[in-house]
Amino acid sequence: MESRVLLRVENLVKYFSVAHGAFARKRMSEVRAVDGISFHVYGGETFGLVGESGCGKSTTGRLIIRLEEPTSGRVRFEGQDIFGLSREALRGIRREMQIVFQDPYASLNPRMSVRDIVAEPLIVHGIGHDSERTEKVAELLEIVGLDAGHAIRYPHEFSGGQRQRIGVARALALNPRLLILDEPVSALDVSVQGQVINLLQDLQQELGLTYIFIAHDLSVVKHISDRVAVMYLGKIVELAGKEEIFAAPQHPYTEALLSSIPVPDPRAERDRILLDGDVPSPMKPPPGCRFHTRCRYSQKICMIEQPSLTDLGNGHYCACHLRTGQTS
Amino acid sequence: MKDSLLDVKRLRTHFYTDDGVIAAVDGVDFSLGPGETLGLVGESGCGKSVTALSVMRLIPTPPGRIAEGEIRFAGEDLLAKTESEMRTIRGNEIAMVFQEPMTSLNPVFTVGDQIIEAIVLHQRLGRREAHVQAVEMLGRVGIPSPEHRVNDYPHEMSGGMRQRVMIAISLSCNPRLLILDEPTTALDVTIQAQILDLLSKLRAESETAILLITHDLGVVAEFADRVAVMYAGQVVECADVPSMFEQPVHPYTIGLLRSIPKLNEARNRLQTIEGVVPSPFSMPEGCRFHPRCEYAMDVCRERAPDLRALRPGHDVRCFFPLV
Repeated sequence: MESRVLLRVENLVKYFSVAHGAFARKRMSEVRAVDGISFHVYGGETFGLVGESGCGKSTTGRLIIRLEEPTSGRVRFEGQDIFGLSREALRGIRREMQIVFQDPYASLNPRMSVRDIVAEPLIVHGIGHDSERTEKVAELLEIVGLDAGHAIRYPHEFSGGQRQRIGVARALALNPRLLILDEPVSALDVSVQGQVINLLQDLQQELGLTYIFIAHDLSVVKHISDRVAVMYLGKIVELAGKEEIFAAPQHPYTEALLSSIPVPDPRAERDRILLDGDVPSPMKPPPGCRFHTRCRYSQKICMIEQPSLTDLGNGHYCACHLRTGQTS
Repeated sequence: MKDSLLDVKRLRTHFYTDDGVIAAVDGVDFSLGPGETLGLVGESGCGKSVTALSVMRLIPTPPGRIAEGEIRFAGEDLLAKTESEMRTIRGNEIAMVFQEPMTSLNPVFTVGDQIIEAIVLHQRLGRREAHVQAVEMLGRVGIPSPEHRVNDYPHEMSGGMRQRVMIAISLSCNPRLLILDEPTTALDVTIQAQILDLLSKLRAESETAILLITHDLGVVAEFADRVAVMYAGQVVECADVPSMFEQPVHPYTIGLLRSIPKLNEARNRLQTIEGVVPSPFSMPEGCRFHPRCEYAMDVCRERAPDLRALRPGHDVRCFFPLV
């Protein structure tokens, strides 16, 4: 694994404006989907981004490839500021970064043949002529474990796992360096998830790809990632190497998250940390530490001051007053 | 079985479509004793939801039809009941919680009204008393300030809260059997933990038998006493939870357990089951699992195995169970 930084995310913020209330009571509010996050991704690694619904992980993935415009902050790909690029230059960068979406039923145009779907990126970027594209499509389908003959078929003729493979083939068409995988296996059955995950790992080895793997399933994330960041209400609360974070989580939310995963072993000890209540609304996040309302260790400072993501040593970052010794 | 609350035998539920007959459930047998929790496990399309809907007699007919089988609840044959008799049973003696709390709650009525509806219908209480009970139920399922939340509409609540409301509705008439169809699949894992904890507490307080339908083997390991694994419309293995997880004998069950990435194990590659679930329109001859089975022999391709007891309490549908 190279240790060169491929991607840098700096204080990324995305607020969505939403109209709130009905009729005369309508007012504008902001959903603070991503509220100031920073991290970097090394070339060749798999960076896992984990959290529950509404934490901002998918929005983060979309911001990185500029499917959304940020409210503020920067994303640098190989040193280049993504948000500062002109449309032309952005096009060039887009070849290096691609995305695989979660829903294999919604992410493939049902009226396009597999060939057209996988070749579309090539057409958009004016690469090759028709017969070359056909060849490239055949190559890509084989790479993802499908038959070249499948090119003439339509998405509805395939299973969820196969459709996801088609999505991966499409994402690889431009020989990208970075793949954003947004919950790529969540919609698949367990026995098929393994097939797609193994494929992704093989491809990473063969093609030297870098992955940002966004998921809520921690067991899958643990299997495939090198480093993992945990998000809660738009913030990164913990970031560490995968072994570290699973063996010794430092943030109370990570602790609770890990303890709530049902283990397929009836004999396993269950030391469950149950969180109280629901995730607060991202339109009105709690003051101070976002997690304090549900945290069993919450102290006075937690309600007042937001903890910053601090290095606890050996690359293990945590945003918690308890861990950074700021509690009285 | 003498003691059982629910006895399902040889159930076949078919759907008649323009493209042919779909045998969504094609050989399901299981039983459930009072106070017992049975997990019905399988991947998408295996027929577990259709099984639950068949027990509730909620299969739309046409195009569906319970083609064969027996469903005995507390000794009575549910398939012989009229629709009006079934209505006195549903929500009352047998209750069901569905997967998607948003689509199972009526968006134009308050949650209070929806609980009250069930109580008034089955217990013949007046509205005021029913209201008191509804507030109490909301409190029992862990909703804070229930006297206020009783007037909320479903859209004003989170997914976890709505699922708690569904559970409140289902338990409001003290059913003897509760069917939970993927009750936590649509919820975040920390909320799932809360709901499972709630269900454990409620279960301990009452004698309710539970039929838990899920694809999540972790949930089954934690919550169920016994488990039946379904594949392509049939039960392929049925045993108590410790036996199923420690000594599974059907190749599909073994494959399924192996393919789950586990938090406490590190592996380079995930084990998978080759191939995909067969389409109901092209079911393989013989054993339905044979095209994906690494142990398949000739007989497996020619004849379909029956569900047989391997040992007392452990049934399997396989000619060569892996003992």
